[in-house]
Amino acid sequence: MHEWALAEAVISTTLKIAEEKELKEVIELKIKIGELQQIDQEIFEFALSQLRSPMLKNAKFSLETVKAELKCRVCNHKWKFSTKNMDHDVSEFIHFVPEIAHTYLKCPKCGSPDFEILTGRGVWLDSIKGAK
Amino acid sequence: MVDPRLNIINERLSKIGKIIAVSSGKGGVGKSMIASTLALALSRRGYKVGLLDLDFSCPSTHVILSIEGLFPKEEKGIIPPEAHGLRYMSIVYYARDEPSPLRGVDISNAIIELFAITQWGSLDFLVIDMPPGIGDATLDMIRFVNGINFLIVTTPSKVAFETVRKLIQLLKDLKVPIVGVVENMKMRDSPFIREQVERLAAPFLGGINFDYKLEDSMGDVKKLLETEFAQSVEEIVSKKL
Repeated sequence: MHEWALAEAVISTTLKIAEEKELKEVIELKIKIGELQQIDQEIFEFALSQLRSPMLKNAKFSLETVKAELKCRVCNHKWKFSTKNMDHDVSEFIHFVPEIAHTYLKCPKCGSPDFEILTGRGVWLDSIKGAK
Repeated sequence: MVDPRLNIINERLSKIGKIIAVSSGKGGVGKSMIASTLALALSRRGYKVGLLDLDFSCPSTHVILSIEGLFPKEEKGIIPPEAHGLRYMSIVYYARDEPSPLRGVDISNAIIELFAITQWGSLDFLVIDMPPGIGDATLDMIRFVNGINFLIVTTPSKVAFETVRKLIQLLKDLKVPIVGVVENMKMRDSPFIREQVERLAAPFLGGINFDYKLEDSMGDVKKLLETEFAQSVEEIVSKKL
């Protein structure tokens, strides 16, 4: 349920932005979820719905998963993240702290752990639609 | 796009009385020893204490405290397990004994992630063992953590102090509170560090003599707390907080 902590962060940030923009109601929240984080979308959506405040009572949560792409800084090779053949514990560790990928993943071409996470890291608040 | 994690960090830390980052410009000056011993000393005095090892590349407090076989519980975030009466958090839960070669941006992201998801609950003190230098971790702590205090560690060496001088200057420029400066591993009487610290108008807490028996207490908390080193930490730091 560490998805709950991230959902809290999304709701808290949304409320802060809504207040800054003087919104009366939030209509839609677009959230991007990086594949590397391996969020359980069902739990995440459940947490979001449980954390609804009056300002968000009718808000629609639109979730989009962003594929994780990695690029080796040494040989420039690009590859897609995959949990296939990955040790369950390692997959869990990356789920909690995605940067742990640097501990366990290596460039499939040259074996370097010095790679960049081009896309698919973390949870992002993409946009908020609201009514004034 | 907005990173929602940044907004929740201070909420996660809102029930903590005092946050102390044990820091230095240089590595090898005894930050981890002082952070671990300080956390234990405060805990032995009845305070609720958390210890966070923020040195992601080279964590070491788990070795000092002999922490093995623990893992955070998952409950609306992650809850640091208890070790020797401390709520203890470290990257080693996830990296195990493997090297974690992280660049600046990754260090920042990992720090933000851990602060956003760790549920410390109510604590009197959170002691943070910082990585050396004035790089990403130091800047992130200053940027994200409201009300953070720095405890600065140096050795009697002019080389170590030269780096500490820059840390003190940075913190003073940014108006970040400094609990004080500790001179660790003293091998002879010299007023050099005290004078230099006072010249920078920072509080000098005192010196800790080089303790030849300290290495024998590694991994043995009871033994560690009986060392002269631990008594000095208690006298010059813990009692002043």
